[in-house]
Amino acid sequence: MVYFSQLITSFVASAAFGVMFNAPKESLVKCGVSGMLGWMLYFILESNGYGTILATLAASFLIAVISQVMAKMYRTPIIIFSVAGIIPLVPGGLSYDAMRHFVEKDYMGTVTLAAKASMISGALAVGLVFSEVFNQIIWRSGKTHK
Amino acid sequence: MDNQKQLYDIMDACLLAGKVMLQSGAETFRVEDTMVRMASALGAGETYSYVTPTVIMFSASGRGEATTRLIRISARTTDLKKVAMVNSVSRKISTGELNLSDAWIELKEIEAARLTYSLFYQVFAAAIASGCFTVMFKGSWMDFLPSVAAGGAGFFSAIYLHRFVPIKFFSEFLASAMIGLISFAFIKSGLGQELDKIIIGSVMPLVPGLLITNAVRDLMAGHLVSGISKGAEAFLTAFAIGSGIAVVLSLL
Repeated sequence: MVYFSQLITSFVASAAFGVMFNAPKESLVKCGVSGMLGWMLYFILESNGYGTILATLAASFLIAVISQVMAKMYRTPIIIFSVAGIIPLVPGGLSYDAMRHFVEKDYMGTVTLAAKASMISGALAVGLVFSEVFNQIIWRSGKTHK
Repeated sequence: MDNQKQLYDIMDACLLAGKVMLQSGAETFRVEDTMVRMASALGAGETYSYVTPTVIMFSASGRGEATTRLIRISARTTDLKKVAMVNSVSRKISTGELNLSDAWIELKEIEAARLTYSLFYQVFAAAIASGCFTVMFKGSWMDFLPSVAAGGAGFFSAIYLHRFVPIKFFSEFLASAMIGLISFAFIKSGLGQELDKIIIGSVMPLVPGLLITNAVRDLMAGHLVSGISKGAEAFLTAFAIGSGIAVVLSLL
């Protein structure tokens, strides 16, 4: 039941972010799918105790791979699929929390939360970059073999 | 002489494409890449482009002397449809389907077009997304509707206030203060359960998630200036949201 409601909400939230970022109408469902798959991987890993950072890394890698496949299939820039997908993974809640502690003069709490948030956004970016690098390696090696 | 004139036209088209892409929120490396590709497909000689979130510099050399031009970008939004459209124009140029004058006309049309979803749809999407985020962050379904209301109102006031106050910081500050107030009202009236979950879900549409990620990505790709300036923008936005909420919470 928990998984089911997570499935639905992550799909809807990613597609809704597609609307906010003005993605083309025909790609809204694809945005939703890439966001949903990424979030489910994150949620499963996180709830089984693998830690947020590893879960974020894996999920952003998955989203980037899906987006690359979709970008190749539909001949559109990859950013359309990846942006809406990674939004749920972004430590927005954490960075908001950090700022709230900062404004409330709890500086130690701020540093802890900010460090966590920057680790997670680092993991997110590393996941994206990794999949790009993999993609290029596969593409290039395929080209030289032919 | 003719050559020089043609070089200027090519540069104009490339700069226009770059400007539209950057204003629509494309990544800096993609803008650089597209401009260089377009220029070489259209027959310019050596070209260099340097793009940061606020400026595009582009230099090209034909057979004669080299020229450099600069464009200042002051406002940026996220409009992925325009990015896709400019991308397909540059793709068509590379395959030779479009020549320079046709491409120019098409780019001008894209620049002038208003393709965004209506305000109603955007606010509706933000509201629904807020509710969903509350559930995704392990809030209960009881808090779904309060988050929908708070998130929708917050996003709407961020857009609406931005028309009066051109400084992004203040519109975001006021919008998040609004979210804080509404969420607090829901808790007080007994309709909401957890204040934190409602607030975090509702601020998600305002949170600079895209900026944070792009900033780290740019830094890793070696685009240091872009990375740092995007990071600064993200920090300002996060600060505005956090302090907006905190002001409300400390007053109540």
